[in-house]
Amino acid sequence: MAQPNDRLYTKTHEWIILAGGEATAGITQYAQEQLGDVVFVELPAPGKKVEKGAALGNIESVKAVSEVFAPMAGEVSMTNGELETHPELVNQDPYGQGWLVRLRVAPGAADGLMDAAAYEKFLAEEGAH
Amino acid sequence: MSETRMLREREGLIFERSSAGRVGYQLPPLEVPQVDPASTVPAGLLRGEIDGLPEVSEVDVMRHFTRLSKWNYSLDEGMYPLGSCTMKYNPRINEEVVRLAGLAQLHPLQPADQVQGALALMWQLEQALIAVTGMARVTLQPAAGAHGELTGMLMIRKALAARGEHRGKVLIPDSAHGTNPASAVFAGFETVEVASTPQGTLDLAAVARHLGGGDVAALMVTVPNTLGVFEPEIVKAAAMLHEKGAFLYMDGANLNAFVGIALPGKMGADALHINLHKTFSTPHGGGGPGAGPVAVSQALVPHLPVPMVEREGDRYTLAYDRPGTIGKVRGFYGNFGMLVRALAYIRSLGRDGLKSMAEGAVLNANYLRTRLEGDYHLPYDGPSLHEVVFDDSIQAAAGVRNIDIAKRLLDYGFHPPTMSFPLIVHGALMIEPTESEGIDELDAFVAAMKAIAREAREEPDLVRGAPYSTPVRRLDEVRAARQPVLRWRRPDD
Amino acid sequence: MHRYQAGQGDRRAMLDAVGCASVDELFVSIPAEVRCGALDLPPARSEEEVRREFWAYAGANAAPECFASFLGAGVYRHVTPAVADALLQRGEFFTAYTPYQPEVSQGTLQAIFEFQTYVCQLTELDVANASLYDGATAVVEAVLMAARTLPKRRRVVVAGTLHPDWRAVLETYCEPMGIAITQAGWGGDGRVDAGALERLLGDDVCAVVVASPNFLGVVEDLPALGKAIAAAGALGVHAVAEATSLGMLAPGGRFGFDVVCGELQAFGIPAAFGGPLLGFFAARQSHLRQMPGRLVGETADSAGRRGYVLTLSTREQHIRRAKATSNICTNHGLMALAATIVLSLLGKKGVREVALASHAKAEYVKAGLRAQGAGSRAKLAFPESPTYNEFLLLHDDPDGLLARLKAEGILGGVSTIRFGAAWPKGILVAATEQNTREECDRLLDALQRLA
Repeated sequence: MAQPNDRLYTKTHEWIILAGGEATAGITQYAQEQLGDVVFVELPAPGKKVEKGAALGNIESVKAVSEVFAPMAGEVSMTNGELETHPELVNQDPYGQGWLVRLRVAPGAADGLMDAAAYEKFLAEEGAH
Repeated sequence: MSETRMLREREGLIFERSSAGRVGYQLPPLEVPQVDPASTVPAGLLRGEIDGLPEVSEVDVMRHFTRLSKWNYSLDEGMYPLGSCTMKYNPRINEEVVRLAGLAQLHPLQPADQVQGALALMWQLEQALIAVTGMARVTLQPAAGAHGELTGMLMIRKALAARGEHRGKVLIPDSAHGTNPASAVFAGFETVEVASTPQGTLDLAAVARHLGGGDVAALMVTVPNTLGVFEPEIVKAAAMLHEKGAFLYMDGANLNAFVGIALPGKMGADALHINLHKTFSTPHGGGGPGAGPVAVSQALVPHLPVPMVEREGDRYTLAYDRPGTIGKVRGFYGNFGMLVRALAYIRSLGRDGLKSMAEGAVLNANYLRTRLEGDYHLPYDGPSLHEVVFDDSIQAAAGVRNIDIAKRLLDYGFHPPTMSFPLIVHGALMIEPTESEGIDELDAFVAAMKAIAREAREEPDLVRGAPYSTPVRRLDEVRAARQPVLRWRRPDD
Repeated sequence: MHRYQAGQGDRRAMLDAVGCASVDELFVSIPAEVRCGALDLPPARSEEEVRREFWAYAGANAAPECFASFLGAGVYRHVTPAVADALLQRGEFFTAYTPYQPEVSQGTLQAIFEFQTYVCQLTELDVANASLYDGATAVVEAVLMAARTLPKRRRVVVAGTLHPDWRAVLETYCEPMGIAITQAGWGGDGRVDAGALERLLGDDVCAVVVASPNFLGVVEDLPALGKAIAAAGALGVHAVAEATSLGMLAPGGRFGFDVVCGELQAFGIPAAFGGPLLGFFAARQSHLRQMPGRLVGETADSAGRRGYVLTLSTREQHIRRAKATSNICTNHGLMALAATIVLSLLGKKGVREVALASHAKAEYVKAGLRAQGAGSRAKLAFPESPTYNEFLLLHDDPDGLLARLKAEGILGGVSTIRFGAAWPKGILVAATEQNTREECDRLLDALQRLA
């Protein structure tokens, strides 16, 4: 399937949208399919500073736990409170209502991330689609 | 809900049976003066009757739990081909002897001269496990396999400290049981995962590279490994570790494959836990208790937990004065009730019976492998010992996964094999029949598996909707995790 | 061939199917250098021979049932209803596996759900797990949970009146985790010194462990301690060794403790020379995701029928591996079932009755000792302090006294000598509803003459 064009992607299957010094991040369609039904999402507290690639939280399904990695360095400004009572949003709408965190980021922090076409190619190479 | 369901199917919770005024147990008359607790204990520390505890009769209790029991599959009823669990027959003579007066109610703090029989029994079990493993001594204290793993890793840590060394890392293959890394972490180590070779075995070159760093305390391996295949280079691995001053921890979950045929002591193991509830027939009890004695090499003997049972002449004692000990890992001396059962089993089998146990386990597994390898895919084709790992890749083409196969097996009256372990096999079906099964039970299992393979091709929806004939249908595990309800509450709470 | 294994005919047929002439061919993957000859063990024994061997072991012990027994110090003899063992001997319960396939394990799962409910009711806390190994390891799990919850706090404060074996196990586990243990001593009343405990509190303390009734049998002031612990921001852990005390004494859950845990053996589990026993663990709802051990939850099946499953498994080792909340896999499920059956039989009235009767029997013995007056060489250590069913009798040769009592058919209690010099010399005496008045009178009479 075609990945949304309006965002960038990581090799660990996170996406980000950059707007005005803030990046909104979530996990991709592929990631939520692999996980299965999400039952719990553990996210960091606002104010936490993260390095690129550092652990940003956990997403739990019944049978597995997946770590979410910070797509870029930044400071957590806000997390998606809806997920506490509706973790299934990550499955139902991973690119929209299933967003995870918002980070305050420095300019250029998104360098090195893949665009939609590159991520699709990456998925195909991984043997996934 | 239809009222034509059988009574046993409609049984609710014990709390829902409660009816004011019913009593389930009656004490003899008090005979001493009644005491109002408010006269002996400050009022603020007291409580009254506990709201919510049920009031049911003895008949209620008998009915309730009898009905519950009928919803359970159990080993008495049929095979559990669960890889890595070694679900073998639980002999009844073990249950009889553990209930003998003089064993069942013995208090652990009675003086040694009052418990010579218990200490003798423990000593005999240790000797038997020494004979089976070829190692130096055995602690009977750990309550389970994972507990034994932690104990073994604590001893290794202590041995290193005694040499003035602190090494932070433990190497663990990616095929290992989850308790291995968890136990290593609770023993204060950092775990380093070592990828298996394409054959699913230990990658010696990778181990050597890690050892070069100088910070490796131990390697934890399962022998045979979690694919049921003997680690061909285990002796070499042990030598490499010892040469660098590191230790070999052996997970004994698969011991049933080679008792009486090979000795972990000769493989170079420094610590090995033994699951009495696997290899030595003690019952699983719906989840436990088990027992996880740990056999050790000479190097770790000084660090064994206290107390150890010692014998001088014909007198037995509990020895606490062991300067290098890691201390205690649980209250008292071990799951004595399981130790009794295990020794009774070892005595029942004897030296020849134990060897034929391993032979039978390996033959039965290979029989199933031969009969099923046309219908199910073998991800690794090395020689199987006591268990064989298939995967669901043939059936997955029709959208049928290992969990569907498992649920459909329930309709055929079998407990499914172990699934989703080891992690290195996607869609795993790990089958371990044990030596308890005769060819008729195995053939019935084969017939069921073949039928399901055919159903997966011809009627995949049927398999995916299973089970149909169990007391409950497939349960919503997602709901249970999203909205946890972990206790009963009165409707008006 | 052996009676627990398949026969020669089976073996022959299977070897043919596999294409081997003998079983030896199936072991070629095992190299010669690790092989062994015949095991150094006796030959197989018939059932009758096994029976006799174990009669001999049993016969060489002093079975408490044959004595007037007042043994406690962590393991207590209470009711053993006939129904309990009759149900536990059902193969559907004791030969069943862990309920990983819930559709064929509803008996086990529902019984555990009921067990979890009982533990919540006894402790007045929100959530309980499906059992741990024993009281000592339950306290360990509580402290480790506190350390995970408050990761910057690396110290635990332990009341000096905690069972010394439980303290020893805590040391074994805390050392590799880098958790320091500091201890608050106890005062002349046999209770933890509250002032000393408060002085030890600080913002580096993750947990405070208080036992009540404590090792000396004394009931602690849980409300006051609970307040102080909460004010320091640490997790309060109420450790219980004598579970029937919860029939009469209010649990830590009522006084702000985060965890009530310990040993449930007293509710019908045989002493069994110290194992298997029954660890229990209950905590506040907020600790749910950090809780150790298995949890059973309610759900429904595809036909809408209520059912039970193991849940929140992502905390556990088989999924979380190195980051699990505990390494526990096998628990003590059958013992949890035993306690569930006994608690059901006792019910609302019986749980209280057992507690009151145990308390009354102990008070009767204490009153008798007081009446013997100052002349007795066995003195109550804390005559003014509240106890439940156990108390310390001071004596300068407890082992000698116990030997003399045994000669008269009385197991008078547990000597404190074994626990080291930190404890006053004497005997811990525990009475329960199982002790008859006649036994209590014999004990009093014997103590008067033999102390």
